[in-house]
Amino acid sequence: MSSARRTIADLRLFGRGYLRNIVGLFFGIIFPVIIISLFGAIFAGSGGAVTIYVQNQDRGPFNLPITDIATPFINALNGTNVNGTLLNANTTWPITVQLVDPSLNFSRYLADHSASDGVMIPENFSLNYIAGQPFNITVYGNPAQSSSAIVSGVIDAVVNGFNLQRVHGTNIIQVTSATVNTEQTKYIDFLVPGLIGFSILVSPMFSMVNITSEYKKVKLFKQLSLTPLHKMEWLASKVIFYIILSVISFLFLVVVGVYGFGAHMTLTPWLIPFLILGPMLFSSLGMLVGTVTKSVETASVLGNIITFPMMFLSGTFFPIATMPAYLQNFAHVLPLFYIVEGLNNVMVYGNIPAALLDIAVTTAITVIVFVAAAKIFKWRED
Amino acid sequence: MASIEVSDLKKHYDNIKAVDGISLKVNEGEVFGLLGPNGAGKTTAIEIMEGLRERDAGDVRILGLDPWKNGYELHKKIGVIPQQFTFFEKQSPKEAIEYYATLFGVKVDPHEILREVLLEDSANNRFENLSGGQKQKMGLALSLVNSPELLFLDEPTTGLDPNARRAIWEVIRGLKAKGKTIVLTTHYLEEAQQLSDRVAIMNLGHIVAMGTADEIITQHGSGERLDICGSQQLADYIRANTDLTVEYDSVRELISIPLKERIDALAALAAAEQSKMDWGEIQTRRDSLEDVFIRLVAGSVDESGNIATSPSQGKAGIRWRRK
Repeated sequence: MSSARRTIADLRLFGRGYLRNIVGLFFGIIFPVIIISLFGAIFAGSGGAVTIYVQNQDRGPFNLPITDIATPFINALNGTNVNGTLLNANTTWPITVQLVDPSLNFSRYLADHSASDGVMIPENFSLNYIAGQPFNITVYGNPAQSSSAIVSGVIDAVVNGFNLQRVHGTNIIQVTSATVNTEQTKYIDFLVPGLIGFSILVSPMFSMVNITSEYKKVKLFKQLSLTPLHKMEWLASKVIFYIILSVISFLFLVVVGVYGFGAHMTLTPWLIPFLILGPMLFSSLGMLVGTVTKSVETASVLGNIITFPMMFLSGTFFPIATMPAYLQNFAHVLPLFYIVEGLNNVMVYGNIPAALLDIAVTTAITVIVFVAAAKIFKWRED
Repeated sequence: MASIEVSDLKKHYDNIKAVDGISLKVNEGEVFGLLGPNGAGKTTAIEIMEGLRERDAGDVRILGLDPWKNGYELHKKIGVIPQQFTFFEKQSPKEAIEYYATLFGVKVDPHEILREVLLEDSANNRFENLSGGQKQKMGLALSLVNSPELLFLDEPTTGLDPNARRAIWEVIRGLKAKGKTIVLTTHYLEEAQQLSDRVAIMNLGHIVAMGTADEIITQHGSGERLDICGSQQLADYIRANTDLTVEYDSVRELISIPLKERIDALAALAAAEQSKMDWGEIQTRRDSLEDVFIRLVAGSVDESGNIATSPSQGKAGIRWRRK
């Protein structure tokens, strides 16, 4: 009973100090929200249309409108069919056409405008099309750009359409697209759990490395050892504090993600283990770093060495699937990886069996680190 | 009943014998001063008594308890200000007292404690904004939360200006008047003399003298001495022409001669007169605790309490640098 009373007294004191320190508050709550707002805003634009430059050098024959093949071709590229209706009203057409003056040097023009995608329609386009004479159109693109893949896909489709039309054929095979989930996973859906993992890591870790080494230096622990406060009560109050902070941060991130950027996610009780184990793990790890190092400076260096790779390579900002194989392997030794993966499994994919494995791994790591920290950490000197 | 009993206490760090076999006893209601230069072993000794450090050898009983093995119980009964007391920056003295009260499971009136340590005006100022003296007072306030019968104050006034130091003294005197047993370490002689009933002088891990100031002076002092205001040359002249021990304080330009017999004073004055050199005020006085302290620690002690052994100036030539 009195142990709980002391833990709560220490929790109140620590929480009050935290609220009075703008730096802690910034990194704990405001910083993750700023990141989600920034990244959310940046990647919200990724569904926008790709601009494609088109130079039309077609010389006709233009005596009849029906013999101008280049104009409907360009309209089709722009998402409008021959009759002026949209080709597919349900989806946003992925490209917009920007016409380029035929008298200009096209490749020079593209280079000057830092444009990666362009199509040049040759001068005998309509003539050869009507005559049924095979010919080429030149597509400029940059294989490194994802926009080029979109552009070449659209051009292939339009060219196929015109080829079929020329021979009066019909589409036999049609493709209906479907995604793995009921909803398509967008970057923001992935970013929310990633940033929850980020704030679960950063706040307790940095703070505990700092206060443990600092309190040791100014002999505050020694002073606390002169009171009935037990070191485990002190540690417990920190863990509880960071669990509360993580939950607050979690709520902020979910609200901003869902209402600000239309993120889709499932909120289930399966999230609770991560919100408890995570802060417990990183509070203990931070305390361990602060305890085993001799000075505040070395503690901070060691803390950064551990925190930074974890911060970026655990799938917080980008999926680890986009990383080279050796980094993916490396990610599997980072404790945060299992938390972020687990949060994704629960919130985004609804894959609870996979999340259970993440919970198991996280629990094991947490127990090891917590026990080590509690054992090595000493109030008094010998 | 003795509050503190220490016998043959030893503690070493690597090759340094920080405390090398000290024994002492502090009685209930007594203010006991542990005096010594930096590195004498005062803090190690007091921290062992507080239960903050483990001893290598010897027996220590604090209020009947072994401070290392029964530290947890002991800490409920004692009050401590560690050297360079510090606290969580964003908390005020009032909040700190409330925090300690909850930890100790006691009910206290923060304002009453703050009044006792003369810190009521700063009850709600955050620790980071307190002055050095106010911080020490807050330390004192926290050490009083559990109404301890025994207080350990480790250099409570180090680094404070004279006014702040006197304010702390006033607080300590108040505690003494309430019958608290107090162990105080300091490297300020004046402080030890002003506050303590008994003093132990520590040097290099040993207690070199112990007792009331008078007892120490009688035991280790040379009795009376003659002080003459004059130059180094005059001091040298007297030293060369008499068989007296001549000490010279170049800062105060003071020649100081311990007198074995009263007649020695006449010999010294005769030599001074004979030298034809200028000399000013003369007086005879008894050795002070300071004189004894300097002789016992055999070196000069600066403001921060460090010993700097100076080249010998004659048999007991000592330079004592004043603040």
